[in-house]
Amino acid sequence: MNRIMTLSRRKSSTRHAQPGLETKTTVAGLESIADRVLKLSEADATEVEIGATTDALTRFANNTIHQNVAEQTLAISVRAVVDGRTARTTTNKTDDESLRRVAASAITLARNTPKNPNLLPLLGAQKYQKVSRSVAATAAATPQDRARAVMHVCRMAEKNKQTAAGIFSSGSMDSVLANSRGLFAHYEQTRAEFSVTILEENSSGWAKSNSTDIREVHADALAESASRKAAESRKPRELAPGRYTAILEPAAVLDLVGFLFYDFAATAVTDKRSCLTGRIGKKIFGDNITLWDDVYHPLQMGAPFDGEGLPKQKVLLVDRGVPRNLVYARAAAKKTKVKPTGHGFSLPNDYGEAPMNLVFSGGGQSLDEMVRTTERGILITRLWYIREVDPYEKVLTGMTRDGTFLVENGNVAGGIRNFRFNQSVIEMLSNVEMLGPAVRAAGEEAFDMVVPAMKVRDFHFSEVTKF
Amino acid sequence: MMQDWANWGIETAKRRGATYADARVMDIRQREISTKNGEVGTLLETESLGIGIRVIASGAWGFASTDRLTREGVQACAAEAVNIAKASALAKRANASLAPEEAYLDTWQNPFLKDPFRVPVERQIDLLLAADKEMRRVKGVTLAEGSMSLRRIEQLFVSSIGSSIHQIKMQSGAGIVATAFKGSEIQKRSFPNSFGGQHALQGYELIESLDLVSHAPRIGEEAVALHSAAQCPEGTRTILLGSSQLGLQIHESIGHPIELDRVLGMEANFAGMSFLTIDKLRKLKYGSDMVNVVADARLEHGLGLGTFAYDDEGVPAQCTPIITNGLFTGYLTNRETAAAIGEKRSNGTMRTESWNRLPIIRMTNISINPGKWKFDDLIADTDDAILMETNRSWSIDDRRYHFQFSTEIGWEIKGGKKTRMVKNPSYSGITTEFWNSCDAICSRDHWTLWGTPNCGKGQPTQTMGTGHGASPARFHNIKVGAAFAKS
Repeated sequence: MNRIMTLSRRKSSTRHAQPGLETKTTVAGLESIADRVLKLSEADATEVEIGATTDALTRFANNTIHQNVAEQTLAISVRAVVDGRTARTTTNKTDDESLRRVAASAITLARNTPKNPNLLPLLGAQKYQKVSRSVAATAAATPQDRARAVMHVCRMAEKNKQTAAGIFSSGSMDSVLANSRGLFAHYEQTRAEFSVTILEENSSGWAKSNSTDIREVHADALAESASRKAAESRKPRELAPGRYTAILEPAAVLDLVGFLFYDFAATAVTDKRSCLTGRIGKKIFGDNITLWDDVYHPLQMGAPFDGEGLPKQKVLLVDRGVPRNLVYARAAAKKTKVKPTGHGFSLPNDYGEAPMNLVFSGGGQSLDEMVRTTERGILITRLWYIREVDPYEKVLTGMTRDGTFLVENGNVAGGIRNFRFNQSVIEMLSNVEMLGPAVRAAGEEAFDMVVPAMKVRDFHFSEVTKF
Repeated sequence: MMQDWANWGIETAKRRGATYADARVMDIRQREISTKNGEVGTLLETESLGIGIRVIASGAWGFASTDRLTREGVQACAAEAVNIAKASALAKRANASLAPEEAYLDTWQNPFLKDPFRVPVERQIDLLLAADKEMRRVKGVTLAEGSMSLRRIEQLFVSSIGSSIHQIKMQSGAGIVATAFKGSEIQKRSFPNSFGGQHALQGYELIESLDLVSHAPRIGEEAVALHSAAQCPEGTRTILLGSSQLGLQIHESIGHPIELDRVLGMEANFAGMSFLTIDKLRKLKYGSDMVNVVADARLEHGLGLGTFAYDDEGVPAQCTPIITNGLFTGYLTNRETAAAIGEKRSNGTMRTESWNRLPIIRMTNISINPGKWKFDDLIADTDDAILMETNRSWSIDDRRYHFQFSTEIGWEIKGGKKTRMVKNPSYSGITTEFWNSCDAICSRDHWTLWGTPNCGKGQPTQTMGTGHGASPARFHNIKVGAAFAKS
């Protein structure tokens, strides 16, 4: 039978007006659904996770809006624990019959699985550090607000005889995690994002930014930066592939180092699929590389609790080139006899845990200084289609894109055709000559994180493409 | 109720000023099971029901979706779609226009023998655990994994031109992976394909036909043996690609560049554009004379992940010649882009991941027609080459010119015989140069319609299943080994 205990509730919640679609489900509404599920469930123990999202995205290309969408979704996910077994079912239907059915289905599924020797009892009530990541102005943004900003960018592009493509999105989400042992966690967040590519006949430039606060997303400035890059990389010349000094802007750094995140999972090391297997405590990166996982960092986003409701800890992952710590979900921590760090995924899962809020310590040099001190090198705006070639040496392949420049004698000397690279991230982080200040960066291949620009020697560009 | 919800949406949109509207109600059920080293990893069932409404108002597009399936919820959603379209009109350059299409009233379901949701989950778990056990019997296997994915999609499409189309699609898929870590290397082998195995528009009969347990020892042994294998040699070589790798090569270097929304710049910010500009249609020599590729969503092509009766804008499934005797002959289109390039009709490739996503141009089944070679004869006819099988990594530039692939395993072909195993095989090249170097394609007996369940595109990103029929083929003068070269 379910053991329903008094839930520790939030006393108040900031509610933002939602334009357009029907009024969003309130936190009280989510709590009420969670209560109903816990009451309806006949499992030994029950966990319910609810996510309510309102999102909108305005998409433009060829200097016009061609797609413009909005969505409202609710997902109710129930995990049943029965006789040492567990399984999860998810629905978006909120009537009593559907909730009863989804709770019963989780039990049926769980009963059909073998006993799980690693399954731990559900957590009881927890205390969470407060994070404030919900901004009324973002939640209140309308299709007209986004369209006006896009229209301005498109007109600027037309005036420059360029072509703009991109997105402007805004939205909000609420999530609740509760269980039959009295745990209750709530998180709300807003998010706005602008990404723009400016194209010319044979060149392009790109810029992207996101924030919880739409007022911090400056569409015009981003478009101007992309426009400048497109203009400055006209008529790109072809360079021979080889090893060059590479100056990677933060978005390019992000998309490379983002491939390391799962290597810091204790489960990945246990499974021997992490590049850190046998390398913890050994110096494998340069002295100037220090890396944390820190959900509380002011430039980070995300909930202060993990998939089981455990509070997230700030963890030092790499200290001056030496991988020092991994992150641990509860089960992985028990196996290794250490304390869990609050980075577990929702159960049941194969992957255990991962640090999702990476923060590099960064440095003090500007991008201009990196260029000024480079005799011959490549300046990279962004990377594309990155895939892992060698999982242990962490060799990644991919392409440069939308703003790749030759640097000669301390100056940017024009655009070049895009390169393919095959580069070990471990080697790259040993070859960092200069670091910029760590900033919140957004790319396309990895989740957002706080990273610096980097000047890297001997970066391996293996082939060149046709544009 | 599906019809009522859709009708409420269409009526409200028209009343609010939409000149065109369509609504998709989708009810999606999924089961995901995975195992790892003798234990169940993921065990998840999901259901999701909602409606997406797409409109043209003031000459511009709007789309809104909701899972509040009351009359008020659906009407608010339709009103918001119109409101969004009117906002889009603020940055409009021309009115949206669509190639003509007829109205259809129809219902369709793909054939299958065994409903995978009626097969006890215990049996499904037992199958994966049995394969897992066989892989771990092999000394040196450090990680054994299995996965199964089952999906039932029921959908109703209703449009303001009078269509009402009900479709049910049942999908199944499964695969296993053996990984061996030793020294400073991680090697792995997958069956029947990497990244989730084989997937098709079939019932549980697909899973049973894969016979995962019988193949488990072999892939375990190969994963371990790769550690002792020689490094794949570098250089310009002849290569033979196994059919699943050729399927992915088709996906990346033919399937994506022929998407007309890419060609017209609509994906420029994210997925990228295409080298296949409009001037190249019916002029570009894409491949050698023996290369014939079609985009075929019809049932007679097979039960691929790109098979349906109608696309998600109410256009019937078609077969479009993409490459005909080596000549580039067709794009993937929708009603809007077909009109934009003066085609009379869409060739029916609009697809959506779910009710809360806008349909966009997606691959259907993009397949290369089989040739005449028997595989053994092809090996016997090859003096010096590398046979590469099962994808390990893939990457291609944002205009789809330059690609690099690596596979899990390779074999040297010497003097007409398959000889020693090689590890870390990779190859790279330029799309049209590659396809023009093809001189042999194996026959129908070796042709498989592979399912790629994880194709990402669009903003917000959507994941779609696509089909790729392929048989082993031979290519000359290909750059081999760049991925692992040190300089």
